[in-house]
Amino acid sequence: MTLAIGITVFVLAAFVGFEVITKVPPQLHTPLMSGSNAISGITLVGALLVAGRGGLVAGILGFLAVTFATINVVGGFLVTDRMLEMFGSRRRHPSRRGKG
Amino acid sequence: MSDAASTLLYLAAATLFILGLKRLSSPLTARSGNLMGAVGMLIAIVVTLLRSGIVDYTLIVAGFLVGGTAGTILARRVAMTGIPQLVAAFNGFGGAASGMVAAAEFLANGSSTAETAVTVTLSCALGIATFTGSFVAFGKLQGLIPGRPLLFKGQMVFDSALAAAVVGSGIWMASSGNRGALWLLIALAALLGVTRTLPIGGADMPVIVAFLNSMSGLAAASTGFVIGSEALIISGALVGASGLVLTAIMSKAMNRSLANVLFAAFGGDDESPPEGIGSGPVRRATVDDAAVTLAYARSVIVVPGYGLAVSQAQYSARDLTDRLAARGVEVRYAIHPVAGRMPGHMNVLLAEADVSYEQLLDLDEINDDFPRTDVALVVGANDVVNPSARDDPSSPIFGMPILDVDLATTVIVVKRSLSPGFAGIDNPLFYRETTLMMFSDAKAALEDLARAVPTV
Repeated sequence: MTLAIGITVFVLAAFVGFEVITKVPPQLHTPLMSGSNAISGITLVGALLVAGRGGLVAGILGFLAVTFATINVVGGFLVTDRMLEMFGSRRRHPSRRGKG
Repeated sequence: MSDAASTLLYLAAATLFILGLKRLSSPLTARSGNLMGAVGMLIAIVVTLLRSGIVDYTLIVAGFLVGGTAGTILARRVAMTGIPQLVAAFNGFGGAASGMVAAAEFLANGSSTAETAVTVTLSCALGIATFTGSFVAFGKLQGLIPGRPLLFKGQMVFDSALAAAVVGSGIWMASSGNRGALWLLIALAALLGVTRTLPIGGADMPVIVAFLNSMSGLAAASTGFVIGSEALIISGALVGASGLVLTAIMSKAMNRSLANVLFAAFGGDDESPPEGIGSGPVRRATVDDAAVTLAYARSVIVVPGYGLAVSQAQYSARDLTDRLAARGVEVRYAIHPVAGRMPGHMNVLLAEADVSYEQLLDLDEINDDFPRTDVALVVGANDVVNPSARDDPSSPIFGMPILDVDLATTVIVVKRSLSPGFAGIDNPLFYRETTLMMFSDAKAALEDLARAVPTV
């Protein structure tokens, strides 16, 4: 992959990001943040390659990177799910009047 | 697995991330969106494990076990009031991982070209500064470090010199391929992350958490350039954009520029003492006064602030509003964008207490309704309902979008004392004829009101 192609991909993806994110309502901004945070754990892909390469320094850095990125990914998706579970269920209070 | 196959599967993963984020546009589809993101991540991980180049799986399995366990425990145990800290910590871990991957690449392959030099420098600096910055933010949100801006004399000069030194060590590393230069770069970036986050005050935390979120995305994207991975570039760009959008929304909600938030050391601690203000006459209300006012209203808008969150009063708030609704009062909640400690935080807290999201309205949706509302019940909020932000051009918060609670027929303010909010300025709302003040802890007041409402 050349640098120019990388930059092209980056810029286009950033525009997609802006378009998608601006449609998220304010009430979901916290789950958005923790969810997108989990996505930034994609760096785990790089960490796996480093940790699997062998060698002392790469081993230490790779192990730490895999551990940290896994915390980011697993924790991020789980806590987002916990929050969205509370939002998603239209619960139990039919007597209450909503937006009116 | 062939290169073409793995590239296409990474593309599938990135597509799932985008579709997942798209589903966050409604509370009804959001949970499935998050699941799509997780599936995308799983695909990316499996594809990577199947690629050639991995010779030793021991450390990988160990990292999965340690990280997976820690992540699961943290995510399951955290209280909803602690979400901002947790997100800050996760951010920091992600940033550190990106920085370390880039560092390991450099140590293995050197910086053969100018591009690798630039991208390694960028991802180490961004990743490591995100790491230390996020943990300072974590400390402030958790109360381990004072929330007020911590500054020293000449800090701006020091930080500028530090930033220049980061760039300088990057250039040194690029031109010489020297390993010592890499470690110097990492140390300087770590220090810069700390000194740049310490001066940021408690009230500005929503902005800085969003900003660090964006930085962790950019760190991942630049690591993508280092290791030549489109998956990292796309995902990093998405997160970078997302964090920037949120940062802009938060800055706008406080009528400040990002530069002002980052460099102005604005605002005090949670407990900043009143300074010669709060001396005007106020109308105090007893629990019964307030309960009668609420119970015989046709419409009530509750305005929760951070004071509600710190006293864990979201359940008491729902109790009260349920009982009001049972009497036929129309009850809604007005949520200011900076009501919690991170964007959307108050919504999460109220959703946890089972308040249905149709009742939660944001500033633009509800502000026109205050003049037609009988009672605005302000709980633990201050600056976001301060009319001087709208009316007094000399006020330091003039221009900040506020909830126009003062236009309601009656305003009930639940507050521990007349002490000023984060901005450290007096609030004329408290001294108006139509305002009733209840000096009490948010939770105690709401519980008392919930008990009193059915009896009046």
